[in-house]
Amino acid sequence: MTILSDTDYRSAGAVDGEAPALGVTVLPSNPASGDAPHQPRAIGKISRDDLLVAFGAAVSGLSMTWLLFGRITPLDGKAGFVVLLFVTFVATYALLVSLTNDGPAIVDKVMAVMLSAAGVLAGSALLWVVASTVWKGRQALFKPNLYLDDMSRAGPLEPLDVGGIAHALIGTIIIMSLALALTVPLGVTCAVFLNETRGRVTTFVRTIVTSMTALPSVLAGLFIFATFILILGFPRSGLAASIAVSIMMLPIIIRSGDVVLRLVPGNLREASAALGAPKWRTVWHVVLPTARSGLSTSVILGVARGIGETAPVLLTSGVGASSNLDPTKNPMMSLPLATYEFVRSPQPALVARGFATAAVLMIFVLVLFTLARVLGGRPAGRLSKHQARRAEARSKRDLERFELRLNGVKS
Amino acid sequence: MDTLTTLPALSRTDHQLPTRRVIEAQPGTGDRIFSGLMLISGLVVLAIMSAVGLFLAIKSIPALRRTGLSFFTTSQWQPSTGVFGVAAVIGFTISIAVIAVAIALPISLATSLFITEVAPTWLRSTLVAMVDLMAAVPSVVYGLWGARVMQIHAIGISRWLSTWLGWIPFFDVTGHDPSNPLSSLSVFSASSFIAGVVVSMMVMPIQCSVMREVFSQVPPGEREGAFALGSTRWGMIRVVSLPFGRGGIIGGTMLGLGRALGETIAVVLIISPRFDFSFNLLEAGSNSVSALIALRFSEASDFDLSALMAAGLTLFAMTLVVNFVASAFIAKSRSGASSEA
Repeated sequence: MTILSDTDYRSAGAVDGEAPALGVTVLPSNPASGDAPHQPRAIGKISRDDLLVAFGAAVSGLSMTWLLFGRITPLDGKAGFVVLLFVTFVATYALLVSLTNDGPAIVDKVMAVMLSAAGVLAGSALLWVVASTVWKGRQALFKPNLYLDDMSRAGPLEPLDVGGIAHALIGTIIIMSLALALTVPLGVTCAVFLNETRGRVTTFVRTIVTSMTALPSVLAGLFIFATFILILGFPRSGLAASIAVSIMMLPIIIRSGDVVLRLVPGNLREASAALGAPKWRTVWHVVLPTARSGLSTSVILGVARGIGETAPVLLTSGVGASSNLDPTKNPMMSLPLATYEFVRSPQPALVARGFATAAVLMIFVLVLFTLARVLGGRPAGRLSKHQARRAEARSKRDLERFELRLNGVKS
Repeated sequence: MDTLTTLPALSRTDHQLPTRRVIEAQPGTGDRIFSGLMLISGLVVLAIMSAVGLFLAIKSIPALRRTGLSFFTTSQWQPSTGVFGVAAVIGFTISIAVIAVAIALPISLATSLFITEVAPTWLRSTLVAMVDLMAAVPSVVYGLWGARVMQIHAIGISRWLSTWLGWIPFFDVTGHDPSNPLSSLSVFSASSFIAGVVVSMMVMPIQCSVMREVFSQVPPGEREGAFALGSTRWGMIRVVSLPFGRGGIIGGTMLGLGRALGETIAVVLIISPRFDFSFNLLEAGSNSVSALIALRFSEASDFDLSALMAAGLTLFAMTLVVNFVASAFIAKSRSGASSEA
């Protein structure tokens, strides 16, 4: 018995209307088959129609706002213009969409526009902050003396060709290095402690560290000011500032380090223990190298937070105009503190310096942030190409060594 | 057949459970040093962190003993005469934080939904990086932008609000005459509203990243179920994402509130301090606990410092409560997403 499809049957020479020969089963043809391949419904795709409607709504919204603005509506200023533009745009868009859609589809499309508008708003706010900072500081930003000179010889009325923020650059680097020297060993060890031990002490330490992320930065400064400077009698200095900044950075490093260490696969730890390694060797040779990229990310995030802190440095180090290389005495400036000091003055030149300092600070943060992204992009234990090559070479050397010991000959 | 298999007699005839072998690990010297070191580091961190709180509490005793409970009802701040309290300062602090959260909440909620549901896939990681970068911008930069760039535009909004909605007590501004087009705009500058707008920029990314984290954990089965029942994307968000992420939304909002309460330098750069609280939020002048500390600590006597410490302690207690409630909400939410402040 043979099975033929409709087309086969026809091509087999049968004549229409004639009953098929006995013993042949005929499958009816599927009229739609081949014409429309099965396609999943695209949920998140933007069609040309949508784009055109949005574009049309934008154009008509803009022209309507142009007409209405300042004549009929009670709004003024650039902010008013933007608000009115958005309202007319959404109204026109809803109208256009309602011509071709109904009920829930209209709501869906209008809400999609509203959600996108929020994303655009957040992005443009960030852009506005960054661009206006660079723009307002442009006169001071591109002069080499900004980076090479300090403010010891430059009065408030001095032109921008004299004086700079070298003292704040030096201060930021010294304060952050000291803070790193304090926080990295302590923070990483404490994160390991939270991960490797269970018990009441661990839970308590974790609770306290979590609650310390709520500490307002000015209180960290006030604490160091009252203890280190007033009670212990040390002078206000870069060292005091770095301790205050450390108090802010420590909870951040510990908490994100804790999260990162938790991602280290448990079977790696077990494998190491099964090979007879004591706990400290497991941590030192397995856990920490596996979590290296994540740990550096958490340290960098801590630095990015600490480098922008103004209030603790203001309270503990104080304001100075000259470069200071000694962190144990005399005021030491940092970039955010210099920004704060410059813009408190009404002098336009000083304000321009303030914006330039803020722009330099932003560049620092941006570099740190990019570094954290690049390092933290990989999950725990995944190696970069270079690291993988090195690990491979190491394994090869180990193999040679083993074989040499076993056979007495080099393979 | 000369070999027979015999089963050994069961030794457990008396139904005794087998005793578990006790594994006794004898930690070596290295391990003992290591765990000692870990414990010490944990205790050092614990000591530092509790020292901050304890020290604030101890140092604020003299001031609190002098005023008693009137510390929380007095508005003035003159520690040298013994008349001081945080009523006005706390009022301003809370209103700035509430304004900031009120502005940031819709934007962060919509942005997090935009990132997880609406934005094309190739754009998502860029948007996440953008939000993280917003959180990393130092607050002094936001303060500078707020005071020197944004304020002019915000004053326009303030004037519009007080002209058209002035009958609502919050938007009323004494000294502003809507009928006089030449009336000075300085009555609107340095207000709680403008400080709140700037602080909202700092709060928004924190809230947004918590909410995004929660929304990205919505079970795909439930999303697809909603779509399979014919739901639109917004319908799916309304019935699946938002109820699922409710704990994260509340927790993230409160985390942002905690940050807004403690914000220092941006507020200092914008406000002009005053000590008479009013609900007219658009009016010139405002204050906050951290701004008070930052502006007053340098010329403070011992007793003044104790008063500032008491104010700081009040603030710390508030942020602590807000943060604990926030993490409780986040931990209790169905997703149980970890909060990363």
